[in-house]
Amino acid sequence: MSLKDKLSELRQRGLADIKKSSDLKDVNQVRVQLLGKKGPITEVLRGMRDLDAEERPKVGAFANEIRDDLTNALAQRKAELEQAVLNAQLAKETLDVTLPGTPVAKGEPHVIQQIVDQIEDLFLGMGYQVLSGPEVEEDKYNFEMMNLPKNHPARDMQDTFYITKEILMRTQTSPMQARTLEKHDFSQGPLKMISPGVVYRRDTDDPTHSHQFHQVEGLVIDKHITMADLKGTLQVLAHELFGDKFDVRLRPSYFPFTEPSVEADITCFNCGGKGCKVCKNTGWIEVLGAGMVHPNVLKMAGVDPDVYGGFAFGVGPDRFAMLKYGVDDIRNFYLNDVRFLTQFTKKG
Amino acid sequence: MKISYNWIKEYLDLNVKPADLAEKIERTSVEVDGVTTPSDGLKKIVVGHVLSMVAHPDSDHLHICQVDVGEDDPLQIVCGAPNVAAGQNVIVALPGSRIADNVKIKKSKMRGVPSAGMICALQEIGFSEDVVPKAYVDGIYVLPADAKPGDAVYDYLGMNDSLIDLDVTPNRGDMLSLYGTLHDLAAIYDQPVKLDHPEVKESGAAIADQLAVHVDDQLSPQYRMRLVKNIKLAPSPMWLQIRLWNAGMRPINNVVDITNYIMLKYGQPLHAFDYDKFAGEDVYVRTAKAGEKLTTLDENDHDLDENDIVIADEKAPIALAGVMGGLSTSIQDGTTTVAIESAVFEHDHIRKAAQRHNLHTDASQRFERGVNQAGVQEALDAAAQMMNELAAGDVQVGTVVGSENIPAPAVIDLTLTHVNAVLGTELTMDQVSHILESLGFKVAINGDTLTVTVAVRRNDIHIPADLLEEIARIYGYDRLPATLPTGRMTMGTLTTKQRLMRATRHSLEGLGLNQAISYALTTEEKAQMFMMKASEPTHLAWPMTVDHAVLRMNVISGLLDDIAYNSARKVKDVALYEQGRVFYREDGNERPSEEEHIAGAITGTLMPEAWNQPAKPVDFYQMKGIVAAYLQDMAVNGDVTYEPNADMPEMHPGRTADVLVHGHRIGFLGQIHPLIAKQFKIAATYVFELNLQAIIDMPKQENQYDVISRYPAITRDIAMLVDDDITNEQVVALIERRGGAFLQSVKLFDVYDGVKVPKGKKSLAYTLTYQDKHETLVDDAVTQAFEKVSKRLEDDLGAQIR
Repeated sequence: MSLKDKLSELRQRGLADIKKSSDLKDVNQVRVQLLGKKGPITEVLRGMRDLDAEERPKVGAFANEIRDDLTNALAQRKAELEQAVLNAQLAKETLDVTLPGTPVAKGEPHVIQQIVDQIEDLFLGMGYQVLSGPEVEEDKYNFEMMNLPKNHPARDMQDTFYITKEILMRTQTSPMQARTLEKHDFSQGPLKMISPGVVYRRDTDDPTHSHQFHQVEGLVIDKHITMADLKGTLQVLAHELFGDKFDVRLRPSYFPFTEPSVEADITCFNCGGKGCKVCKNTGWIEVLGAGMVHPNVLKMAGVDPDVYGGFAFGVGPDRFAMLKYGVDDIRNFYLNDVRFLTQFTKKG
Repeated sequence: MKISYNWIKEYLDLNVKPADLAEKIERTSVEVDGVTTPSDGLKKIVVGHVLSMVAHPDSDHLHICQVDVGEDDPLQIVCGAPNVAAGQNVIVALPGSRIADNVKIKKSKMRGVPSAGMICALQEIGFSEDVVPKAYVDGIYVLPADAKPGDAVYDYLGMNDSLIDLDVTPNRGDMLSLYGTLHDLAAIYDQPVKLDHPEVKESGAAIADQLAVHVDDQLSPQYRMRLVKNIKLAPSPMWLQIRLWNAGMRPINNVVDITNYIMLKYGQPLHAFDYDKFAGEDVYVRTAKAGEKLTTLDENDHDLDENDIVIADEKAPIALAGVMGGLSTSIQDGTTTVAIESAVFEHDHIRKAAQRHNLHTDASQRFERGVNQAGVQEALDAAAQMMNELAAGDVQVGTVVGSENIPAPAVIDLTLTHVNAVLGTELTMDQVSHILESLGFKVAINGDTLTVTVAVRRNDIHIPADLLEEIARIYGYDRLPATLPTGRMTMGTLTTKQRLMRATRHSLEGLGLNQAISYALTTEEKAQMFMMKASEPTHLAWPMTVDHAVLRMNVISGLLDDIAYNSARKVKDVALYEQGRVFYREDGNERPSEEEHIAGAITGTLMPEAWNQPAKPVDFYQMKGIVAAYLQDMAVNGDVTYEPNADMPEMHPGRTADVLVHGHRIGFLGQIHPLIAKQFKIAATYVFELNLQAIIDMPKQENQYDVISRYPAITRDIAMLVDDDITNEQVVALIERRGGAFLQSVKLFDVYDGVKVPKGKKSLAYTLTYQDKHETLVDDAVTQAFEKVSKRLEDDLGAQIR
């Protein structure tokens, strides 16, 4: 058998052994057997010195070729087997991806806070300041400077928690109108503010009444503020809080501190304006009170009503939340049942 | 006030449905509470004529009636009403009919006798008990003799009318009458309104010879009386009864009904006295004297005092002015001479009297808001005329007048420029003047100026702004443009305080706590728990309940109430925070100061239990971690330290720490005392409360970039035995002070005080990290520093390094 034939046979046998090897240890053994120092190829090459000088390079080249083939085949087989090992391991690591994810502790803002924040952000964007005032107020600011002198019949509309004759739990955020008007320097620019906060009424708690609730007061005073500006502002507010599809209508009303006074209704959520039980078949739901600031309020705060004027509004975030989410009992907002608090989590 | 659609239509040519009219009123005048048609929902209720009646053989009160209902054969109906009788026209609910409350009437048998339908009382077809004439309250109603059997009953009873329920605001007293409403509707629909005016036929003697009135005109600016003799008291005609019961008033007799009818029509409350029961011929309007008493028409006794205005005769009060008449001089069977009073009383007195005596009447409601002071005589005349026509009375000649201060109409100057500047409109002079004239105001125009003479009935209009409202509402709010304020630019930014308060909420929510909003008014006891400083409680003068009577001086107790509420509903894991105010008051001050606080409370577990996460009950260190992370977020400048506090009565003495920033106490955290938990009926609960205002006021750190060292850090662990009373803080402080220049951090990684350490000792283990920011640290340098600090621990704290 010629050397060349020997080599060819060696290749065939080698490739067969590599193919047969079933794990990495096998592959290594085959490698040592075939390509090791005592392996057959080394032996064949050793026999080259008996060849003609002419034949030698040819056989040498052929032997190198066979060694490369075997080396490649070994590497390939090794990679195959490694992949198989990895695949087997990954298969073992397979999880039930439908098991629930590990829960995390997550706190939520109160739904009323969410509405107040939304209102604040809207008005900040329109250049309003956000102001907060005392919850324990003087009769003077809560009533008298809001054009509700002692004995005014409209005081009966707001049953009040008095602490002393002159000190009370504020029944509305409106006293912030008087407090702000008193201080504002109109030479520095117009007054545009909102004032959110907690207010108190002498009510028995039931599904629609709470002795503690929230209000957001709004006030804009400048030289050329119109009732049309009030209407536009309330429209923006309704669209922001409820969506563009909601219409706003104004109706005459009565508040001692505004003249004209209006109440604003928005399209009923429940029926979209067609008329239903929620809106008493009117298609509208009352959401806030507003009006043009009464000249007496300006005068009492030292602002000249012949030069300055503007509008004010008061909205109830509790009522908004009840309407927007269909909350049927106002007490939910203050009892803090976790199952209630964690319902208003949608941020997207 | 319920106003009748049919009655309105007698004066205005309106081509609108009741519901549309109601909407128009709501959008232009006053709120509407609803529109009802009494016959709605009723079916097959007809006039029946009782042909004959016999007693039921098996009953002592039932009767068997044969009733003609306009069909060929009469119906046999068994009736239990005590007042049913042959010959009556009655209300019959036929078989298959529907009566009030959607009740269906079927043929049936009553004690064995077939009964085809039901003879009805007014209450059974939807009338409120309060409006049913007394004679028919306890039995069936008897229809007029001319009612035709088989006709639907609704028209006979005024039940096809629509009633619009007006919710009149305090300023619009004028809308508490038909005439007032008509004036508004005339303007809204731009129609002329034709009101009728009374013509009194007088006869007999001059009233002045029979009656004199003496009036304090401060109490009663107008006081007028007429006298009507030879009255024939009787039930009112049906049309009048219908007007009253549809307005929610019970028909009584023609005299009383006329006074009520005039009130509904003109808005002027009247009172009818039985003149013959006066002591003497003089009537006085004065304040009551202390000790005087009066029994009012409703048979209630009232103790009077000098705050009450009374009508009195020579001897005693005979009426509580403007509120309710007295029983002694009331119209009774046998009354023949009636003195009619038409007056105006000072509204503040009336309001207080109604409150004081808890007598809120139709009259007081109108006097409180003010009546049409120009119409006092007209209402009186209209009543006298009706008593002549309906009760055959002889109206004596003339009116006695005790006071007649009719106010001058308000005259207001207004410019068109101002109207458009305030409303944002482009109205013309014609439009504005037309609106005002349609309300019955007089308008004189001079250039840009309108001089408006307001109708006296509108006592709510005094200043230009009041006229703007009239113009805006009649023009229509829907027609106003919608714009946004323009003018000088303003900045809308949150203050530092507001930003920090928002950051506080976000931080605590991120740490797993839900925002709660609890009641700031609480019990006296809870208000004074968990106090962070001495303060007097602030009490409400007239609380509704003891549960909400005192202003809180801590936020935690409200959170514990919330936890108790959850716990009672089997919600065991609760993590809450609240940002809100507490109210501290110094002795001698009426008004408390308000301080912003932030508090949290956790019970059960913070991390929800799950299939791969065991329940880990909240403990002191978890709450401390939350407080520490929050304070880190707020970046208060200064060391935050925690000192044990065993002295708060509501807190666990061994598990409570004061929180200090730079040595100033800003609050506390820990476990609530088990007795407090028991009192609130809640499980172990950990809480914190911090003075948020103090945090707001503290200097803050700014964010700053710190180079991250490229050189490797070296760590060394050290474990030691120390006495139990050595605190972690002492150990860390010493290591930090003596750790050398390259010590970057000290981290506790183990605490052990179990069986493997001697009694009275504990084992603490720390990882010390060293790093040089500028070059690679040499091991020797670290070893040297480490040995030094180990030695100090042994020397200074008696530690045994292990």
